[in-house]
Amino acid sequence: MYRYDEFDTQFVRERVSQFRGQVERRLTGALNEDEFRPLRLMNGLYLQLHAYMLRVAIPYGTLSAHQMRQLGAIADKYDRGYGHFTTRQNIQFNWPKLKDVPDILDDLADVEMHAIQTSGNCIRNVTADPYAGVAADEIADPRPTGELLRQWSSNHPEFSFLPRKFKIALTGARADRAVIKFHDIGLRLVEGEGGQLGYEVWAGGGLGRTPMIGIKVRDFVPTADLLRYVEAIMRVYNAEGRRDNKYKARIKILIHEKGGEDFRAEVEQEFARIAHDPAAPVEKELARIQAFFAPPAYEALPAESEALAKAKLANPNFARWVRVNTRAHKAPGYTIAVISLKPKGGVPGDATGDEMRVMADAADAYSMSELRVSAEQNIVLPNVKASDLFALWQMLDRAGLASSNAELISDVVSCPGMDYCALATARSIPIAQEITERFAEPVLQEQIGPIRIKISGCINACGHHHVGDIGILGLEKTGAEAYQITLGGDPTESAAIGERSGPGFPAEGVVDAIERLIHFYLGRREDGETFKQTYHRLGHSVMKDALYASH
Amino acid sequence: MPLIKDGHFVADDWSRPVEGEPAVAGAKLILAFARLEAEASDLIEAGHAVGVEITNDTDPAALEPWFDRLALIVVPFPRAADGRGFSIATRLRRLGYRGELRASGHLIADQYTLARSCGFDTVEISDAQAARQPEPHWLEAEHAMSLAYQRGYGPLRNILGARWAAQ
Repeated sequence: MYRYDEFDTQFVRERVSQFRGQVERRLTGALNEDEFRPLRLMNGLYLQLHAYMLRVAIPYGTLSAHQMRQLGAIADKYDRGYGHFTTRQNIQFNWPKLKDVPDILDDLADVEMHAIQTSGNCIRNVTADPYAGVAADEIADPRPTGELLRQWSSNHPEFSFLPRKFKIALTGARADRAVIKFHDIGLRLVEGEGGQLGYEVWAGGGLGRTPMIGIKVRDFVPTADLLRYVEAIMRVYNAEGRRDNKYKARIKILIHEKGGEDFRAEVEQEFARIAHDPAAPVEKELARIQAFFAPPAYEALPAESEALAKAKLANPNFARWVRVNTRAHKAPGYTIAVISLKPKGGVPGDATGDEMRVMADAADAYSMSELRVSAEQNIVLPNVKASDLFALWQMLDRAGLASSNAELISDVVSCPGMDYCALATARSIPIAQEITERFAEPVLQEQIGPIRIKISGCINACGHHHVGDIGILGLEKTGAEAYQITLGGDPTESAAIGERSGPGFPAEGVVDAIERLIHFYLGRREDGETFKQTYHRLGHSVMKDALYASH
Repeated sequence: MPLIKDGHFVADDWSRPVEGEPAVAGAKLILAFARLEAEASDLIEAGHAVGVEITNDTDPAALEPWFDRLALIVVPFPRAADGRGFSIATRLRRLGYRGELRASGHLIADQYTLARSCGFDTVEISDAQAARQPEPHWLEAEHAMSLAYQRGYGPLRNILGARWAAQ
């Protein structure tokens, strides 16, 4: 893992004290609310429905056990004993007091964390594949580039007052678990000619009220040129992105209105201008960062663990958890374990201070003290010996953290919705809870197979509903909540935007409709088909009719 | 309108001449970009220092032929949240403009270091804003951050350079 040096530490400390001064000047009126808003947003502080919300960055989704423990302590000390992990590898605290926020930021700085640029019209927390560095299908670890981008984008003099927010995601694997095609910039590590590493660059993807799949800007940018290339994209966007209408201000609209070809040409022109800029080379810095992400010393282990096989035979619940919640690791005898934050009836992504401490202890005991946060709002233990899985599972199970549902139907992604958010038009959490209860039966869940249900409580789409196999969008229609369903969305390399199904459902009817659709799918699926495959084989209109079958 | 230089409020010796009125002898004059072509050469010949005020959708490259003759370029900030001017300044500096660069309009003290880093020398704000954000705020803002990660921008100590020096 990356560790701060004296300069990183000083930078974050100065930023905290700068923010402390900004809060004071807001309170004296030296800063008016319009002036203060972007400053507090750039430090992760939102004004929500009932209170302030502080969003803390977990850069490229990686955190240490020590950091997780501190998040738990902050939840207990300054909040109501819990925090909410988001789809963009942040954690949100929902009840901090404004006066406490600088102190919270200091506590975060104590463990090399911050809330810098987790909101506002600037370059946001850089996200990455939650299995980065350990996935069996990985070409190279994208996190050194993530750290380089984190540093480069921090308090950037030129790109801190952009037309709108700007999100960058990275992956180094063949499968896209970082949703790169729906980011302002998506980067995929690829091997160029002669095995040289570089990035395939995507731009202009996004969800929100105008969902768009990004365009490929370039097939290959050598790693050494990446910052310059990103800088060129940012400069074109900062100069030309629309500022007359906040709903048309994202880079996706600029690319859409300009046309991909013109946009590409302009980026290339700017890139050519700065290509030989002596100020830019960063290879040396990248090499320094890379050393922090060198693979740990894995033990030479047999690919199959006998102890694991025995424990699975003896305990079917454990066997199910292993089947559902573990993923292929690049090192023999090791595995990636997903801790689901979607217990039956729970709030997706929420964890209490106690749960955070258990997860930290689990990481210390069984995962080389490291954890990850996923876009599915779950926690990942990246380095678990297969032979330790049973002990890990027992520890998690005792804490109620062993739900066997990773990527199954009850692994619902949901934004906070109207229970917290000032923008929401409907509640999302109760719908998510109802789904986890309705489909709680583990055998049924495994039978249904992998499926993504994603819920947003307004058209801003924080719950990523556009990319759910089943997407649910909560709206307000003549004073009542109405839930519109989209089908066929896909956040991965085979990216697709879900198609709308038809009239919305009332809160009390939406889960019934989903149940009808699931039963229809189970009845019509062919051998081994996933929901997605059945959807594509039967087509949208057949599947959508199943939602309304009883109407 | 107050002008800020090196964290201090200073007198502004530039003026914006009204079109059609004769300029006071020796005055330093800021012209709108549209007037540059027609008026600048004569004014420079008559001994005036000439600056230009652009809009924030002007392509900085359009000013390149004028760089040697311009003593000042003024870049507007219609709202503090509109950061186009930061890219314009960066481009002007990278194109080789060495004269004074001024940010004018709504820029708050908290953006002062960013503006300096992008190449601005001076900031011009409204009287109302100066009343809320007096000189000490700007002096303080200058020292709020002492380090920056980005290379190719000034004047803060560069972290990458410092690291390499320490190695």
